[in-house]
Amino acid sequence: MREEIMAMLTELRPEFDFANSDDFVADGLLDSFDIISLSSMLEEAYSIMIDGLDILPENYSSIDALIALVRKSGGKTE
Amino acid sequence: MVKMHLLDFFDQTAKRKKGDVAVEHNETCITFEELRIRAMKLGSCLIEKLGNQDCAPVAVFLPKEIETIVANLGILYSANSFMNLDIKTPKKRIDNIIASVRPALIITESRYIKCFADTSVPAISIDDYDWNDMPYDEGALLTRRRRCIDTDPFCLINTSGSTGTPKCVVLNHRSFFDFMDASNERFHFDGTEIIGSLSPVVFDIYDFELCMMMMYGSRIILLDAMLAAFPAKLLEKVADSRVSFIFWVPSIMVSIANMNLLERIALPNLKLVWFAGEVFPTKQFLAWYDRLPDTVFANLYGPIEITLDCTYYLVEERPPESEPLPIGIPYYNTDVIIINEKDERCGIGEEGELCVRGTSLAMGYYNNPEKTRESFVQNPLNHSYPELIYRTGDVVFIRDDGNIMFVGRKDSLIKHMGYRIELGEIEHVLENQLKLVKYCCAVYRYSKKEIVLFYEAEKDISDKEFRLALSKVFPTYMIPSVYIKTDELPRNTNGKIDRLTLKEKVNAEE
Repeated sequence: MREEIMAMLTELRPEFDFANSDDFVADGLLDSFDIISLSSMLEEAYSIMIDGLDILPENYSSIDALIALVRKSGGKTE
Repeated sequence: MVKMHLLDFFDQTAKRKKGDVAVEHNETCITFEELRIRAMKLGSCLIEKLGNQDCAPVAVFLPKEIETIVANLGILYSANSFMNLDIKTPKKRIDNIIASVRPALIITESRYIKCFADTSVPAISIDDYDWNDMPYDEGALLTRRRRCIDTDPFCLINTSGSTGTPKCVVLNHRSFFDFMDASNERFHFDGTEIIGSLSPVVFDIYDFELCMMMMYGSRIILLDAMLAAFPAKLLEKVADSRVSFIFWVPSIMVSIANMNLLERIALPNLKLVWFAGEVFPTKQFLAWYDRLPDTVFANLYGPIEITLDCTYYLVEERPPESEPLPIGIPYYNTDVIIINEKDERCGIGEEGELCVRGTSLAMGYYNNPEKTRESFVQNPLNHSYPELIYRTGDVVFIRDDGNIMFVGRKDSLIKHMGYRIELGEIEHVLENQLKLVKYCCAVYRYSKKEIVLFYEAEKDISDKEFRLALSKVFPTYMIPSVYIKTDELPRNTNGKIDRLTLKEKVNAEE
């Protein structure tokens, strides 16, 4: 899942280095359009529904946070 | 009082509301009196820098913060007009705008000043000055302002143009007064409004919010752009700040409705909700309407070229879910004429182009007489004297009950996340500037709200390559989401790429 999510991020913003960021949101790697796109990519890839109350900066700040978000939203853990 | 310059009203408002908060941003705020003095100091400083120049555009390259409002008002005090730029826009596009408008000066912050190192227009950092000790001369500012008339520019707004360089719309003071008066006539503002300001500083909605603060003394709460990505946080902020009035684009309101957030976050202070810029699907609108029974809702319609909006639909009863919301009726002192292809007035139910007549018309596009002539034209119904109308390119019809209904566009302009995008501009840049593809055609998939690009090229191009190249030229919202290579794009009998076929194709795949 880690590699898949990393691939989604680099597809969205190929110009940024996500591996070297501690906080994607605070570092400005993802803007509001990207958050919406990423949410629907995750929903589609893992057949999940992300609850609106979980769309919070802390859940989009790192790969680990995104994995936790997918799991919380009912995504299978491989 | 003669309505000539918006600052004449702000001076009075500031005297009346002195210590009240004018603008709030996270933990910081500024009172009316502080804002007035800060803006006058900047105005005096600008006069020194610009000498005798007035009525000139001054660019502002700042994030949305209190300093931006100080900069906008300071420019107005120096008897010039402001042109806000989006700090998220790639440098190339900013350079294009600067080269085409050639503002007298750029106001920015020291952290951005190096962006303008190779620009021929001088730039200053607003944080380089000690504003506490800065003198200002109220009399000199007023003398200078008295040279202005109400048709002088208030602000300039850039909007997507098909040639790769944005068109810069020039809006004057009078057209803002006209919109404020027409709105006030209907909605009765009294200065107690607390505005939840979410629009970027490059939108005309932001300028409207400035006018509300200047004319009536409403308070502006600046909501960070990032909040648009996190709707739950946004609504919590709106609730905590006791926001009473929002004027947003439907995109964000649709997300909020789809996430069922209104059921979980109460907004007891929200009295008035305006939305404009896109079609608000009725189903999601009803989620708002049903959850907030004491709130007044209005659907507004209008392109930037006629200063904010020219028609409105006040939702007075629950609309049927199966029907789109009307764009309503013209504002007081604005005439809307619907013209068919023979340049005649359309009858009831007949589709035609919406054209606008009145004080609200922009002065035209800055340094762009050709584009100005194309859109601001002689009223074809008036053969007796010169009278300009603005042709919006929007196709509409009048329903039996007198309400205007929006149908679509005559050309390839779309509204995406509240931004106006000329799809031809994306194509132009890919074909001629980046030379990435031989031919291409961009269309909009409405269900998913995404731009789909079809292209012809000798070799495959990865999505990544496209995005990387485009991100250097366009802001994020203009970058297509889907890229499809075809051997040959469909063409019509004249050999022109057949956009309609592609548009139907992506919108039929459901």
